[in-house]
Amino acid sequence: MSAPSSLPAAPSRSGLLDGAITIVVLVGLWQALHAYAGDAAIASPLAALRHLSGLAATAGFWSHARATLTAFAAALVISAALGIGLGLVLGLRRFAGEVAEPILAGLYSIPKVTLYPVILLIFGLGLGAKVAFGVIHGVIPITLFTLTAVKGINPVLVRTARAMRLSQAETIRTVLAPAVLPEIVTGLRVGFSLTLLGVLVGEMFASQKGLGFLIVNGISLHNVQQTTAVILMLVIVAVAANGALLWLDRRLFHRT
Amino acid sequence: MTRERAIVLTRIGWIAGFVLLLEAVCRLHLVDPLTLIPPSEMIATLWTMLASGEITGDIARTFATVAVAVVLAVAIGFSLGVAIHALPRIRQGLDPLLASYYAIPTFVFYPLFVAIFGLNSVPLIVLGMAFGVPAMILATLNGLDRVPRVLMRTARAHRLGRLSTLAHVVMPSALPYLLTGVKLALAYAFIGIIAGEFILADAGLGHAIAYAYDGFENRTMYSLMLFVLVVVTGLNMTLHAWEGRLMRRRIRS
Repeated sequence: MSAPSSLPAAPSRSGLLDGAITIVVLVGLWQALHAYAGDAAIASPLAALRHLSGLAATAGFWSHARATLTAFAAALVISAALGIGLGLVLGLRRFAGEVAEPILAGLYSIPKVTLYPVILLIFGLGLGAKVAFGVIHGVIPITLFTLTAVKGINPVLVRTARAMRLSQAETIRTVLAPAVLPEIVTGLRVGFSLTLLGVLVGEMFASQKGLGFLIVNGISLHNVQQTTAVILMLVIVAVAANGALLWLDRRLFHRT
Repeated sequence: MTRERAIVLTRIGWIAGFVLLLEAVCRLHLVDPLTLIPPSEMIATLWTMLASGEITGDIARTFATVAVAVVLAVAIGFSLGVAIHALPRIRQGLDPLLASYYAIPTFVFYPLFVAIFGLNSVPLIVLGMAFGVPAMILATLNGLDRVPRVLMRTARAHRLGRLSTLAHVVMPSALPYLLTGVKLALAYAFIGIIAGEFILADAGLGHAIAYAYDGFENRTMYSLMLFVLVVVTGLNMTLHAWEGRLMRRRIRS
């Protein structure tokens, strides 16, 4: 995104102010929606916050949170390793990369939820299915970002590696990986969000544990406060994690 | 040209090989027929289902929902994009929101939408739009940012009014970027709406798949999946080809 060039002064402070104003406006909208739809549909911001602090004191909530976190962490690690590895190899081999890229882009834009029953049939109900579901959401964007980054790399670097007779593994480790690190961080940021999405959708559809289950459960028990509180927590965690990765992203890009 | 053809042929070869592998694995009973059925049987079942008309209702429902969501997402996203582009101060304020929007797992809002709007098509449309509108806003901003300055100056030299500048200069120039937004809005609407139907709905393709899964009707389930995958991939590829042609034309001119 292009930063407006006419406002160069104190970017960090005005950024913070903008963030604060955005949050205030969003909470205002939420309150308005609550006033319009009523208590049966959505809890007010204050009630959600209070319910969330109440939930946080119960052990049951943390066991659900831990279930989600375990599945998410495993899915993210697998997506990242698989995506970066595949992206590096496909980026390095031009022909294979050009063959694979449209296939990957096509897979990226299909509704992967429809594949969920297949995953359930293969892995059965439980942790394995959730992890697999997170991986199929997260691995493709990470692969595509890495692939694009490797393809756009300065050819001098690759030629130097070849002149020094580095093997493919050495080339990847010492030349390619450091050169494409910023784009990999961007890919991880997108992969992070989509992996989380995948794990949560998996829990919403078929699981007895985890935060996604709590959300759907709240609706079927007419406990809207629980649903709103869990959603609030997820949004805060997701935005905070995204902010941290965005910050890392900008730092890496500015270093070079 | 020959290299490009080799790439396309290799790609087709890989996909065909994958399908044949699936077929072979199923025919040789290497996997349980309760887990996976051969692709040829999926096609045959899909054909009978389409011919008998038993899934016509679900297809019509899902496509109508997607169409409404895409039209609304494009219209709203485009208008907001134009408005935000005209107001740099607002744009700066919205920047953090747009940057972190797609980090939020939007699906988690779906049960709330159902609670607010009831169990019908409205929450699905809202969910589809929640995915598509920001993409359309970003695409509009991107397109408007990249209108060449020469063109704007020419428009001013010809004393075009605001509206005619928009109609004759800005829109044609930004069109490829807008089309990217439309493509994303369509893909996201399909993802959001079918997933929503999957989780909680009373009709639609996603619901039909979930229903077939619950009833252990593997043939129906796999045929419906195949249908969704083929239709969505076909639509995406058509729009992708169109977008590529527009982009090339813009670069040439």
